[in-house]
Amino acid sequence: MDGTQFLQQIINGLTLGSLYALIAIGYTMVYGILRLINFAHGDVLMVGCYLAWFGAVQFGLPWWAALVGSMALTALLGVLIDQGAYRPLRTAPRISALITAIGVSFFLENLGLVIFGGRPKAFERPEIFNQLYQIGELRVLSHSVWVPIITALVLAGLLWMIYRTRLGMAMRALSRDLVTVQLMGIDTNRVVAITFAIGSALAAAGGIFWAMKYPQINPLMGVLPGLKAFVAAVLGGIGNVVGAVLGGLVLGFCEIMLVALWPEMAGYRDALAFVLLIGFLLFRPTGILGQELPS
Amino acid sequence: MSLREIFSPGPLPPAHLTRRRDFWLSLMGIMLLAGLLMGVERLAGGYWVHMTCLAGIYLVLASGYNLVNGVTGQFSLAPNAFVACGAYVTSLLTMAPAEKALNFILEPLVWPLSVIHLPLGLALVIAGLVTALMAFGMGFTVFRVRGDYLAIVTLGLGEVIRVVANNAQGVTNGPLGLKGIPHLTNNLWWTWGLAVVALFVLTRLAKSSYGLALKAIREDEGAAESMGINVFWHKMLAFTTDAFLEGMAGGLLAQLITTISPSLFTFFLTFNLLIIIVVGGLGSMTGAALAALLITFGGEWLRVVEEPMSLLGLSVPGIPGMRMVIFSLLLMACMIFMRRGLLGKSEFSWRWLLAVLSRRGPRP
Repeated sequence: MDGTQFLQQIINGLTLGSLYALIAIGYTMVYGILRLINFAHGDVLMVGCYLAWFGAVQFGLPWWAALVGSMALTALLGVLIDQGAYRPLRTAPRISALITAIGVSFFLENLGLVIFGGRPKAFERPEIFNQLYQIGELRVLSHSVWVPIITALVLAGLLWMIYRTRLGMAMRALSRDLVTVQLMGIDTNRVVAITFAIGSALAAAGGIFWAMKYPQINPLMGVLPGLKAFVAAVLGGIGNVVGAVLGGLVLGFCEIMLVALWPEMAGYRDALAFVLLIGFLLFRPTGILGQELPS
Repeated sequence: MSLREIFSPGPLPPAHLTRRRDFWLSLMGIMLLAGLLMGVERLAGGYWVHMTCLAGIYLVLASGYNLVNGVTGQFSLAPNAFVACGAYVTSLLTMAPAEKALNFILEPLVWPLSVIHLPLGLALVIAGLVTALMAFGMGFTVFRVRGDYLAIVTLGLGEVIRVVANNAQGVTNGPLGLKGIPHLTNNLWWTWGLAVVALFVLTRLAKSSYGLALKAIREDEGAAESMGINVFWHKMLAFTTDAFLEGMAGGLLAQLITTISPSLFTFFLTFNLLIIIVVGGLGSMTGAALAALLITFGGEWLRVVEEPMSLLGLSVPGIPGMRMVIFSLLLMACMIFMRRGLLGKSEFSWRWLLAVLSRRGPRP
């Protein structure tokens, strides 16, 4: 592999990793606060994609309006899922909430199949993300430039929110001890709802950029990115937003490099995330950033 | 009078006094089951035979799965890997060499497998052993973690097995899968034979000192360990026993549907089993068995929602895929409103049944 090719793969890895990162943030925020693996996160992403598709194709909205509208509606969906399915189980054993999350995930997938049909729909890439820059041998799609920038902006905004606002302080406190925070007079349900809203909106954004990269959407599209994003969140150290982004980038690079270096292993690409996960859980369960997991 | 009052029997006689009676009742129950199966085989059509076989297979899968998830409290999501392993091993061992050569067109089957041709019974036992061995290997990584991490790791391993089945073309024929697996004509007896044996072994295991240790691990792992229970090896015991049974059931499943491919063994299969054990009550073997029958036959009954029908002169178009929506709602509702499921953690017993039946009128 020569230098240009290598650079090309680095850019590919950066794009894929940023997409994983966007999705992983939602996972890690919800897990950090509720200790709940929100299985339905990937399917929330799918719903976000369909909403954007309807906005852009059926109602002829410009892409940014479709994106923002879809993010808003998906945030609402996230809050509804939390209030309807997870809130009644706050005090139940954690496994019960996990089973419910699996139920929500299957519910969204199958409702998607019933409503949207199983046939994939074409997802168009807007003009701004579809320009091809050529520098020597290197070919870069503007999509690959924008996605890491957007992820970086999102990360910066979230860090500001978590460490500089009262809401963020409440979130950090909640991740330590939910009951105590409740006793301190903080409306925990409101904070949890906001967390779900942010996570789901980011999942929608991540899903829409994902659909621009692989321009097709179907009701089961969220499963694999969702699972891999969870792995990314664990890789980075779950409960930590910076860790989620870092884990996403590591996973993206590893996947791209596996296929680039050993093309005959391409079929095993989807298994790589889980092998990495198992390796990390065995040797460094706290993830890259190594923050202690509050148990 | 509430349902709970109807079914609560009051004080039961001590178990050791009724052991002999319970044995004869169980024997009669098995004979009754055999009579029913004979009736299905003679009188009902091929469709019902197929469904009854499927119900038996699900019964084995669900009660095995329940040993890990319900009794031991380790939330594993790997049964699809075990079923896949069992199905592939059994199929590869029982298919005729000529049939295998027809299947493997892209890449020939690796040597020893390409000539082996075994009778079903032996193949099933080997499938069970291979699957148990696989579970044994997996256990070393899986049981390093707990709780929801365990769920994700087992889910990941299930996915890895599927990816391997898709790519190891020399053994599994890749995405093409295997076709022309010999159809077993008396599958009904094999399946239900296995179901009776599995249920017997599992209920006895759950009652034995090993079962008590497993339940102790479920309730409080740290406390169990401090009482001298070797937590790791007990978890491993449950995991490999489950894998052995699921491997054999997977082999029978392959003989029933005669065509397998990696896409058959996705997380979807695990989800079905999860619904069954949640509805039956996590931790109850007989509950899992009952729910397996309910869900398999109830799922067939639910097909009406997918077919066009007329309600009061209005024609309602059928909605394909609606059954799974209902099943996922059922799982959620079960968790939120009825977390104990049908039987909770208790088992069906003759003592209970007789006590309920012999009670006349409302209790004072």
